[in-house]
Amino acid sequence: MSVSVRIPTILRTYTKGQAEVSAEGATLKEVLADLETNYSGIQARILGDDGAIRRFVNIYVGDEDVRFASGLDTPTPDGVQVSIIPAVAGGC
Amino acid sequence: MALTATESVTSATGSFGSASALSCRECGARYDLGPIFACIECFGPLEVAYDFGTVTRESIEQGPKNIWRYKALLPVPVDVEKLPNMNPGLTPLVKADRLAAELGLRSLYVKDDSANPTHSFKDRVVAMAVEAARVFGFTTLSCSSTGNLAGAVGAAAARAGFRSCVFIPAGLEEAKVVMAAVYGGQLVAIEGTYDDVNRFCSELIGDPAGEDWGFVNVNLRPYYAEGSKTLAYEIAEQLGWRVPDQIVIPIASGSQLTKIDKGFQELIALGLVEDKPYRIFGAQATGCAPVARAWEKGYTVVQPVKPDTIAKSLAIGNPADGPYVLDVCRRTGGAVEHVSDEEIVDSIRLLARTEGIFAETAGGVTTGVLRKLLAKGVLDPEAETVVLNTGDGLKTLNAVSGTGVTATIKPSLSAFKDAGLL
Repeated sequence: MSVSVRIPTILRTYTKGQAEVSAEGATLKEVLADLETNYSGIQARILGDDGAIRRFVNIYVGDEDVRFASGLDTPTPDGVQVSIIPAVAGGC
Repeated sequence: MALTATESVTSATGSFGSASALSCRECGARYDLGPIFACIECFGPLEVAYDFGTVTRESIEQGPKNIWRYKALLPVPVDVEKLPNMNPGLTPLVKADRLAAELGLRSLYVKDDSANPTHSFKDRVVAMAVEAARVFGFTTLSCSSTGNLAGAVGAAAARAGFRSCVFIPAGLEEAKVVMAAVYGGQLVAIEGTYDDVNRFCSELIGDPAGEDWGFVNVNLRPYYAEGSKTLAYEIAEQLGWRVPDQIVIPIASGSQLTKIDKGFQELIALGLVEDKPYRIFGAQATGCAPVARAWEKGYTVVQPVKPDTIAKSLAIGNPADGPYVLDVCRRTGGAVEHVSDEEIVDSIRLLARTEGIFAETAGGVTTGVLRKLLAKGVLDPEAETVVLNTGDGLKTLNAVSGTGVTATIKPSLSAFKDAGLL
């Protein structure tokens, strides 16, 4: 299944400046693994040493924050938009 | 070694006073001062680091009667008071003896930040962001806001000559919408929660449409957030250069609470106040209490929630600084507590009735948590205590909508006497 992934500015060094890239996978975990195949090193910036999503990274599948869904096991249906966003924003 | 943030931004150290670098709070990586907010290594939040020179009580006391008296401790140019800015701060620290008596406290003060130019503490943080935006050459100021910030940005942009375009969740209180719109900038309501608005802004900043914008609480956030330190400086100075024993602070993103702690720590390190223990308490509404829930469970991370509370200015379900709030409250021996919407309304009335201070819902949250923690024996009734009111009740009139005239009578003495009010 092919999805579109939005890349935040600070990770675009891995995607040669591209703000949006395609990836394959039925779950978020598979999508991130596929991203790693094409953009070596990017996964370690998104996931910590424990394999979990870093605490200052938010990932959305469609409009859903994956922390409200099934985390890395969240399904990624064909054509869905995945967004990776720095969490340190907003409020005060 | 300091890394260069982006090739387009040159080092602007001189324009930021004693600020020397940005430092990642998570991994310690250092960056040149620039319009960046998250660590390239780990996405952690960036903090302003300083090389403070000599700062004395006297040099501060001779400064202007606003936050710029603390300019030596802030990321702003040395001549900041000459630039067009809202010049907020030095709001009253009200000795709240009647409220203290009602709650059984020995010594209580209310830091009343509704006295700022746009009637909330947000003027403090926006004042920092305006100066950073000037240095970085942004011409548009923007933000994601629960209401108070939108007004503060609109006003500051008008004063300083920036274009503004701010984003709020649809369905905010009417007074906050009007107050954000009246300054002539663009005000965009987004169908969703504050967290949806925040996500939108984070994506806009990575898009060509928004890349030249100064988002006060996104790409200017490290500078902006420093403005909350001035609450700590003022409280200490107004107490006679003393840090209070206990302080109750509202939590939205949690940044304000962590910056007040940073402010106290800086005053201690500079020898401006005695190095003594203090306890920091965080306050949330039950309908949006992700940090209080994490506290109850002993977690070090915060599980996001979907907000549902009348305290809309605190309705951030995914608080960026939540983990650091937990750290600060643990380190200082404080706590994080929450109160229901009913307790918030009752506490707004309590503060108004005892001290003549009409707080917005966030002030009801802090006053309610003050009362609850005293009743639970968590707060020490003998210790000097400060509670924050961060906004004006006129902006959240609906919260006390049942309040009105006591009687409507004919214009005659007999009618007044007959009304049974004497």
